[in-house]
This record gives sequence, C-alpha cells and structure tokens, in this order.
Amino acid sequence: MAWVNAIIQGILTGGLYALFACGLSLMFGVMKVVNLAHGDLAVIGAYVALGVITVTHIPALWSFVIVVPIMALLGYVLQRTLIQAALDRGVLITLLVTFGLSVVIESGLLQFINADSHSLGVGESIVTGSFSIGSQIQIAYLLLLIFAVAVVVLLGLQYFLSVSRYGRMIRAVADDQEAAQLSGIDYRHVFGIAAAIAFGTVALAGIAYGMYSQFSPTTGTDTILLFAFAAVVIGGLGSLWGTLLGGIVLGVAQQIGAQINQSNQFLAGYLVFLLVLAVRPQGLTARRAQS
Amino acid sequence: MKGDGEVGGGPEASGASRARGEQSTPLLEVRDLTVHHGQLRALDRVSLRVFPGEVYAIIGANGAGKSTLLRTIAGLHQPTGGAILYDGKNMTKVRPERRATAGIGMVPEGRRLFGSLTVEENLQVGATYARKGPWTIEHVYELFGWMRERRTQRTAQLSGGEQQSVAIGRALVANPRVLLLDELSLGLAPVVVQRIYAMLPQILATGLTVLLVEQDVSQALRVASHIQCLLEGHTTLEGRPSEVTAAQVEAAYFGLTGAAAGSSGEESDTLWHGSTPSSRAS
Repeated sequence: MAWVNAIIQGILTGGLYALFACGLSLMFGVMKVVNLAHGDLAVIGAYVALGVITVTHIPALWSFVIVVPIMALLGYVLQRTLIQAALDRGVLITLLVTFGLSVVIESGLLQFINADSHSLGVGESIVTGSFSIGSQIQIAYLLLLIFAVAVVVLLGLQYFLSVSRYGRMIRAVADDQEAAQLSGIDYRHVFGIAAAIAFGTVALAGIAYGMYSQFSPTTGTDTILLFAFAAVVIGGLGSLWGTLLGGIVLGVAQQIGAQINQSNQFLAGYLVFLLVLAVRPQGLTARRAQS
Repeated sequence: MKGDGEVGGGPEASGASRARGEQSTPLLEVRDLTVHHGQLRALDRVSLRVFPGEVYAIIGANGAGKSTLLRTIAGLHQPTGGAILYDGKNMTKVRPERRATAGIGMVPEGRRLFGSLTVEENLQVGATYARKGPWTIEHVYELFGWMRERRTQRTAQLSGGEQQSVAIGRALVANPRVLLLDELSLGLAPVVVQRIYAMLPQILATGLTVLLVEQDVSQALRVASHIQCLLEGHTTLEGRPSEVTAAQVEAAYFGLTGAAAGSSGEESDTLWHGSTPSSRAS
C-alpha cells in the first residue's frame, strides 16, 4: 500500500513539474531559447504573488489573476529587448544572457529582499487540507488542484496552438522565421507573444510551488530549473504533453526513491533522467522532438 | 498541360514590353544595388526596372548573385549600397514583413514551407496579412486541382512539385502586386517545371507583375518579357528576349570575352544547339 501511495503522490507531483517545464519547453520549441533564468522567473512570480497577497489580502489561490498578467507582460518586454538582442547575436549568446539574468535575479532578491524562506497561503484550507483513501493514502487538495491546473494549462496551450490564428503563426515562426517574414509576419512580435504565454505558465508554476513548499531567492536554480529540465528531457524536447509525461515519470521516480530511503528521493529522479538520456535521448515522446 | 508555344510571349507579355519607356513608371526599381556577404561582394551596382504586368527574368550561373538580388529586394539581406524603390517609395530600410504587406511577395528558393503545418495552414499563414485582391485560398485550390483533397496533409509529405505549388499558393493568397520567384525549377523534374511555368499566364492574368530568377535559361527566355543576365554580381546583359541573340546570352552567362561579347546572330550557331547553358554548366 505504501508503494501505491508513493506512485499516486509521484503522479500528482508530476503535475507540478509539468507546470515548471511547459514554459521552458515552449520557449525552446518556438525560439530555440534555453532559458536558464526560467526557475528564477518562477521565483519572481512567487515573490510578486507574496506582495500581491500582502497588499490586497486576496486568497493565495486567486493571486494568479494579478500575477499571471504581470509576468506575461514582463515576458513580452524581456523577449522583445534582452532576449531578442541575444538571439540576434546567436543562439549561444542566449545561454549566456539568460544565465546572467538568472544571477542578477538571485543576487537582486538577496540584496533587496532577504534570504528568508517564504510560503504562500499559509493556513488556508486549500493549501493545508487533504482527504484519505483507506488508511495509508492521503491526498492533498493542493496537489490534486495543481495537477488539474497543469492538465488544463496544457490542454489550453494545445488548443490555442492548433486552432487560433496566433497559435498558427507561432508554429509557422517556429518552423521558418524567414518564410514567415515573407508572409508579412513580424516574428519578433510572435516571439514576444510566445514568451508572454511561457511567462504566464512560469507565474503559475511559481505560485503553485509557493503554496506547495517554501521558496527563497535560490529556489529557482536549485529546484525549479533542475526539475523543469529533467521533466523536459525525459518527456521529449518541444513536446507539450511530453512535459506532463516527463513530470510524472520524474515525480514517480522521486517518490519511489524516497520510499526506499528518504535520502534517495532526488537521486532516484536524476538516475531516471540519466537513464532516459542514455537509452532514449530524444525523450519518451519523440514525435515532435526534432525541429 | 499546355505546350511550350502557349506558355510565354502571351498578350500580357508583349503589352508590357510596349509599356517600357520613359513615360511609364516602374513598379519596382533597383538602383546600383551592392550587397556583401562578409568580405565577398555578391552584387555590384546592379540596377533594374520592372514595369507593371511584366515578367522580368534574371538569369545567370550558380553564384552569380541572382538569389541574393531577390532576397535583398524582399528585405532578407541589407544592401551595402544602392536603393530599392517600390511603387515610387524607397523600401531600402523597410523590414521584410512590411515589404510583404506592402505588396512584394516572394516564393523563396527551396520552397521553405512550414513543414509541421498542413497545406491549408500554410495557405492560411500566407493570407494572415493579405492585401485586398483576387486571390483567396479557394482560388488557389482552383488553380491547383489536387490541393483541395490533400489540404489536411502536412506539407512534408508532399512531392517537390506539389510543395512548390503550395509555396506559390502561399505567396499568391497575400495578393502581392509584384511576385518574386526564386528558382522555381530547382530540384524538380523538367516535366514538373513545365507544368508549373504553364500556370504563369493564369497568374499574370490577375494583374501580377513577376520578377523571377532562373538557372534554366531556355525556360526563362520562353516566359520573360525582359531579361537581365548576372555574372559574379555584375550585369552582363539586359534586354528583351527577342532583341538578344543566343550568342550574346551565352557570352553573358559564361563571361566569355572578346569575340562573343559584341557578337551578333551570325556566330550563334557554334555553341547554341538548343541545349541550355545551365545543362552544360552542370
């Protein structure tokens, strides 16, 4: 029964990891940007949510209504300025620039806020509540909700990309920027839209993590970015549903590892990550892995 | 499929030839265009004037700068000197997507379709910022009969000729005033090339002006109302197909100097027996 519990907890945690990963996957899939500041931006989202909750006293759960648009706007602006400037100088430069951005964000948070850990929605019933199945399996409402949000976000993204005008433009630009230009499409604007969407999901990831656990200025790189990368690589680069599968595989591996020995939790996750890299480097869902 | 005689030299083409002159204004004008690829000078002070309704063909061997010329007109390269005027307006500094929406359409070399999109989605992307005009996705389906049935297929699954047709359709649905065609024949079987060029009169009948680049000289001479030959970035020949001799074309294409350069029709039989310079060059 303990093993069943580990697998269920792992699957639900996978929803959180998928939420971490889908923005990273989208940025890479559309503009070939490996955003090393991805985790730090999620942490910024969490801090913005903290500020919004402190000022407005709205429940933590609803802070996304304000935080997601703010982060989306930040995404558009960052893409049109810093990241586009880096892209114009080459794909490798985007690695350096987003790495620099990551360092600046972490140092800035340490400098201007502090190194304390924070949590969102402490004491709210949705954050702390849970229900039981049998005697051994206890499922937190929050984890279930995060999983549902991840599925809804991925479904929404899938629908947006496949049927909407902007979704079609995003796919066209991802295929061939020059050909898109010849059709009158300003790919830089389309990149901005894609970044706005990615940052919106990053905001959700930050809020979800803030409610699920504790965050501090360094959480972005030491937890969120690493798990996001692992989920993307396991699932398959550039595949949206691959991020959910990757997240779930990572989550289940961690929980099973923890079941064997508490100290093995993260090790088990990374062993699966390495195993996938060795055996199936294109990821588990290989269909759209190649660009 | 139409025979060769019906493909080129139609009423549109000869009418456009008559329109050439000081009184009419060119739709597209390139003045002393110089383009560098790094240290290499790909184009050296090339000029051309394309009048409304014309089919203007740029011919030349590999590396002559033909594609660079079209890509610079479309805005994909920035020139180091010279100017590009469209409809009397200077477009030299205008971004490529603005040129496209202003009415400069292009079918790029190698087709460059959106491979993960379906045929119809490719056409829809082309129509995203379409100008008002006669071309719709429906019209493209009428022009290429096979396309409607296969509109839900990804373009990666199509043959080369079919992909070229989709690329032409994608450019047409934007309703350009001038259409740049970059090496339509590249990588296609001769019979497929013939079939695609046979579509040209139907496309021209909607009032389009065409500037095309072609390595297949005989094909270009058949459809063009005006030709220009490039050699290593320089203009070596310009005129109507009826005015230039085969020997002049050959000399301009290969850069033969001396006897051939100023030659007239009498010497043309020596090197010119229906085979094209491109077929010999390859």
